[in-house]
Amino acid sequence: MYAVNFLILAAVLFSIGVFGVIARRNAVMVLMSIELILNSVNLNLIAFAMMNNSPEGHVFALYVIAVAAAEVGVGLAMVLMIYRNRRSIALDELSVMKG
Amino acid sequence: MISSLLAQAWTAPTIDWHAIAPELVLIAGINLVLLIDLWLDESKKWAMATLTGFVMLGAVIPVVTLAVLGGDVRDAIFDGRYVVDEYALILKALFLLVGYVVVLLSQNELEEGGYYQGEFYVLMMVSVLGMVMMASSRDLLSVFVALELLSIPAYMMAAWRKRDVKSNEAGVKYYLLGVFASGVLLYGMSFLYGTTGSTKLTEIGAALSGDLTGMQVLAVVFVVAGFAFKISAVPFHTWAPDTYEGAPTPVTAFLSVASKSAGFVALLTVLYLGLYGADEVHGPFIWAMAALTMTVGNMVALRQTNIVRMLAYSSVSQGGFILMPLAVMGTGVAESSLRAVVIYLLIYAFSNLGAFAVIIAVARKTRSGEISSFGGLMSYAPGLGVLMTIFLASLAGIPPLGIWIAKLQAFKALIDAGSTSAYVLAIIAAVNTVIAAGYYMRVLRQIWMSPVPDGDTTPISPPSSIWLALGITAAGTVVLGILPGLVLRFADLPDLTGALGL
Repeated sequence: MYAVNFLILAAVLFSIGVFGVIARRNAVMVLMSIELILNSVNLNLIAFAMMNNSPEGHVFALYVIAVAAAEVGVGLAMVLMIYRNRRSIALDELSVMKG
Repeated sequence: MISSLLAQAWTAPTIDWHAIAPELVLIAGINLVLLIDLWLDESKKWAMATLTGFVMLGAVIPVVTLAVLGGDVRDAIFDGRYVVDEYALILKALFLLVGYVVVLLSQNELEEGGYYQGEFYVLMMVSVLGMVMMASSRDLLSVFVALELLSIPAYMMAAWRKRDVKSNEAGVKYYLLGVFASGVLLYGMSFLYGTTGSTKLTEIGAALSGDLTGMQVLAVVFVVAGFAFKISAVPFHTWAPDTYEGAPTPVTAFLSVASKSAGFVALLTVLYLGLYGADEVHGPFIWAMAALTMTVGNMVALRQTNIVRMLAYSSVSQGGFILMPLAVMGTGVAESSLRAVVIYLLIYAFSNLGAFAVIIAVARKTRSGEISSFGGLMSYAPGLGVLMTIFLASLAGIPPLGIWIAKLQAFKALIDAGSTSAYVLAIIAAVNTVIAAGYYMRVLRQIWMSPVPDGDTTPISPPSSIWLALGITAAGTVVLGILPGLVLRFADLPDLTGALGL
């Protein structure tokens, strides 16, 4: 196995994630796309840690996992909040303010 | 395996407790406020604001003692990945002071709006802790953790009026773009780590020189773009106006000053320690962002009728001026660029916070955010009118008030750089300074010349906490403008540029 395989997989995941964030209108789908991006970063970090033979990448990935959990916790709370107020989680309806 | 590990003698690492005392005071304060809030009667919740204020000021004390006693750079702690030097101390003091002023501004807003108070102050202190950590971070990992520590509470603070549709929208937009930006930033960081083999910024800087590989170029672009969201640089600024308008006004003040400064601090540290060898990649990128940011921010600000939204676009455009010296940092003017940015951040904090304090004081009476609601302010609240004039004139860059000296330093860095692209950027910035004066003057015309819109001329009596905030910010704006030597001496930062061997 070469490290480049992992990097290509990570790049594909990242691209799918970015596409999801930009194109999806459902808030939960956007949150899942963001998770994809963060997990592609983890994959990258682990592959590089094996390649460079240094522990820093593993430590970094652990931190990213923990912070991603905290971020999604806040994100889901916000989705719940907009659902309670408007009975919908479609992001393109969030357009009270313009200009 | 385990028995051999257990048999090893373990010596505790020596920890410089004095160096991390500001963070420790904040952590103790966060836990204290959280615990007291649990058992405090609803009628006594006002005490939380006072306590938070004392914690902020208490954390300034070790910053001052470190600055007085320090002298030498304390980089031995944590392997040079968490450094307490003059640069870090100045910015820590700035963040704590901004935090204190925002506590003063939020006190009455939270009490009268019937919002949760204890939780708000806890989250705000956590966010300030992240900023204080950011000033010292010299490693990709600690930069990332500090960035998230300051951002995640800010997402919640923006959505604090949870029954209000606008505030919801503000929080969700800020959250989604912020998290997306940190994903992009992390992707860039993973490439930086992969191609240089280290997460320590100084080691990255040493490895990243000469000809860059394609992956390194990609990494630099992603990292700079990730920070650009945080500092709301065009074209990554779309969240800023909506979030600023929808969030409670004290939170807007906090975001547009503290959160933005923290983003700039992160960008500065990473650029100066890690990416200075890649200046042919990020130089043109930042040049284009700076030019676009000030131009687009100003053009849209001209059209606004809501004062908070106007200040949001104005702060976007001020961000362009702060970015401006960074565009030429690679052409031999690293030191004066760094000084220009730090001075700008210090003075901008006072003037912008002051403008928001006046808006909060006036909105208590008019219940409106429109620029026209400021009509005839001089006739019934001359004190607030004069203060608003000072803050807006400072933001416009009129001597002898605050920001003119910061703008002067930024232009000086460009002129020192002496290249054609630097001159072109200086000309764009000069034109934008004039355009910006246009919309600041429009508000001033309302204040000084227009009649009162509804004929209600009962005087405004802001609470003493807002007067204190106004006093601090006005004193900062005026004194730093008249005695620029004060801040110029502070921002003499040999430590950070010295590390580059420049």
